[in-house]
Amino acid sequence: MSNLTQKFLLEPERYELSSGSLHHFAMERREFFKLLGAGIAVFAVAKDALAQETAPSHGVHSHELPKEISAWLHIGEDGSVTAFSGKAEMGQNIRTSMAQNVADELRVPFESVRLVMGDTALTPFDMGTFGSRTTPTMTPQLRRVASAARDLLLETAAKEWNVAPEKLKAADAKITNPGSGKSVSYAELARGKTLAQNIPAEDPVTPPVEWTVAGKPLPKVDARDFVTGKHEYTPDVRRPGTLYGKVLRPPSFGATLTSYDDSAAKAMSGVTIVRDGDFVGAAAASEREARNALAAIRTQWKETPQISNRELFSYIKQNATNKDEDRFRKQSGSVEAGLAQAAHRLEATYTVAFIAHAPLEPRAAVAEWADGKLTVWTGSQRPFGVRGELADGLHIPENDVRVIVPDTGAAYGGKHTGDAAIEAARLARAAGKPVKVTWTREEEFTWAYFRPAGVIEVKAGIDGDGKLTAWEFHNYHSGASGIETPYAVANHRTEYHQVPLILRSGSYRGLAATANHFARETHMDALAHAAKMDPLEFRLKNISDPRLREVVEAAAKSLGWPRKKTQPGRGFGLGAGFEKGGYVCTCAEVAVDPTTKNVRVVRLVTAFECGAVVNPDGLRNQVVGANIQGLGGALFEAIEFENGRILNPRFSRYRVPRFRDVPEIQAVLVDRKDIAPAGAGETPIMGVAPAVGNAIFDAIGVRLNNLPLVPHGVKV
Amino acid sequence: MPKSIQIEVNGKQYPVEYEPETPLLYVLRDELGLTGSKYGCGEGQCGACTVLISGKPRRSCQIPVSAAVGKPVTTIEGLEKDGRLHPVQQAFVDAGAYQCAYCTPGMIMSSVGLLQENPNPSTMEIVQFLQGNLCRCGTQPRIVEAVQHAAKAMQEGGR
Repeated sequence: MSNLTQKFLLEPERYELSSGSLHHFAMERREFFKLLGAGIAVFAVAKDALAQETAPSHGVHSHELPKEISAWLHIGEDGSVTAFSGKAEMGQNIRTSMAQNVADELRVPFESVRLVMGDTALTPFDMGTFGSRTTPTMTPQLRRVASAARDLLLETAAKEWNVAPEKLKAADAKITNPGSGKSVSYAELARGKTLAQNIPAEDPVTPPVEWTVAGKPLPKVDARDFVTGKHEYTPDVRRPGTLYGKVLRPPSFGATLTSYDDSAAKAMSGVTIVRDGDFVGAAAASEREARNALAAIRTQWKETPQISNRELFSYIKQNATNKDEDRFRKQSGSVEAGLAQAAHRLEATYTVAFIAHAPLEPRAAVAEWADGKLTVWTGSQRPFGVRGELADGLHIPENDVRVIVPDTGAAYGGKHTGDAAIEAARLARAAGKPVKVTWTREEEFTWAYFRPAGVIEVKAGIDGDGKLTAWEFHNYHSGASGIETPYAVANHRTEYHQVPLILRSGSYRGLAATANHFARETHMDALAHAAKMDPLEFRLKNISDPRLREVVEAAAKSLGWPRKKTQPGRGFGLGAGFEKGGYVCTCAEVAVDPTTKNVRVVRLVTAFECGAVVNPDGLRNQVVGANIQGLGGALFEAIEFENGRILNPRFSRYRVPRFRDVPEIQAVLVDRKDIAPAGAGETPIMGVAPAVGNAIFDAIGVRLNNLPLVPHGVKV
Repeated sequence: MPKSIQIEVNGKQYPVEYEPETPLLYVLRDELGLTGSKYGCGEGQCGACTVLISGKPRRSCQIPVSAAVGKPVTTIEGLEKDGRLHPVQQAFVDAGAYQCAYCTPGMIMSSVGLLQENPNPSTMEIVQFLQGNLCRCGTQPRIVEAVQHAAKAMQEGGR
């Protein structure tokens, strides 16, 4: 682990990032203009760029940071604007929203802005596209470079016309002198120049109330390429002479090779076999030939007994570490005293299963070597992290590795590691030709990492008025995100307990905030019922944060809470919370069939507030999408495993939401122009599971404390 | 043993040499360079590889290339005519019916197949028909909306 990684504390459940290196990219100015042609370039020097990349909740040490170029922008001689960001597009629509910010701040038409993203040779260093960090970090950074570029253009025109820059106006990609009526386009100003400027991080930018391009529901950039099949995702990248690579997977996790004979495979023509430690792979002219070659290798493996999901939760409880770090523990007052004074006390245990991201584009990479240098195309959320993994794994200097991330077929937190990239690069080096590795769905379900399972214990008390008097909350293994209650309570204790990894685990949209909100909001609902109070009224009584109150009231109003039950088996529930700068409340309506006990989610209403909205259309897509994805984990998704094997590594055995599962969904966007924009990729998923579980209780009086709620068919 | 066969894709004849049981998807993608059809699961569960064979939507990961001989195959690349998007493609753009868009080609091909068979489907019929197409980003409501708009546009435009 590099020093920098140690310095910045990430959420503990980002298990997949516990190793790997952080490196800084520095591009020669000369190279920059060689690449893009003449024009005007502006580099943002944001001394706090890296600090902003980490979650502030566990204490970030921002001292001793190198000055860092965090974003840059180029205005070409034809007036085209190119902005550079190390972030990756994977469906969250940031290619569009970032371009909106640039166009807005630079005062140019949206169509003239192009984003170059996720390319370690061209874009600034970026820790990764995760943690809902793109909008809060890139909005100010791109706006600062754009604003500095605008200033530079104003100064250049002012010098040419011999007037004070303050007398001039920038609009519609032109500098105009309202006094004389003269104007000059950005393109003309950029012609023949190689101007470059660094800017300080604190430059003022346009406030959201004055946005003209941002804040609008502009359509996705490159839409035509996506509906015509022209866009090249990583598995679609074709390089001359590309071979197809396959990797021999062990029969179970952690199995080691004890005997190996590849003589038959090596005799096959056009096949390259690589054995490097326990890595065994083949490259050939087609996937079929590569697969056949692997099938011809005779191996024996030593396997180790491992736990299975039937003993999962007892294992988690028994293996929790006793000596947890202080940063995972928060407390004030006395929970014991708070419970003693409570009119109602409630204690419950909640569990969440391992689930898979299952992005439709599986992990894939194309690796190509030329003159000892390596270029890899791969669908990843961490192009620079993967560059480090490749350099480490292949023992080459990082400067000899370039990672390019084509706009990717989704990730949901699942594409932080460079597994396919390393496999393709290792095979390509041996084969002497470019190699493409595309994981099968089964590999994706087996060898990627999972959202960690967990056990959550909650103990709480309320007084006769329904105010919380005590709150104690323990999360074992699943994670610490969203663990702290947003409700006002003087006596509380929350703790996250680490457990040695059971399956390969890591980030998943929202991290453990989904599990923690499920437990907390289910418990809150149960407390309300214990006190015979309306669950909405009970929450409003205990909310002190006005932003949380606003989304809870907005969602309840849109649903029409309290709803009268017109049919037997109908029920309504809600779940709310705050995480990563966003506030969410989801209300659910369910219908439970009185005879079959089938549960159908009829309607979801989600109110979401993440400050000023950059693109309401994209945001709506993210909110609705998170709700639908959240239904999977809420209702039926669970990885089944036994003795180091995944038992349901296929869509036919691992149920994800399909068209018939999708209810009527309403996204209520609360646009707060007075608050800097936060990210939206994760938080809208958090309220779904508790809202649905609470609605099931409302419908039939059965309290479900385990995620998924109704895994075996949709039955209670 | 590889066999020389001829298949018709998007109105063009392609001679291909392939093991006859190779799924059509791999021939389209790796041999013909038509990468618009996607691999998503390899078991006909996700619909990302959907193409039209004789006008009917089929999972190209499940169809051996030999079964496509003598039958016209249409892929996502074959929908656009003279620089004009097919009404279903246009409807997906208008509705913003995608996020990562990896499922989009398969969704569009299935929807084109549906509208050929049933030019005026109800919401429930669209939902039923697209049940075999996965969108992991959760864009289903907009996809249904796009198919409805496309149906209307095709009826008005007489396509």
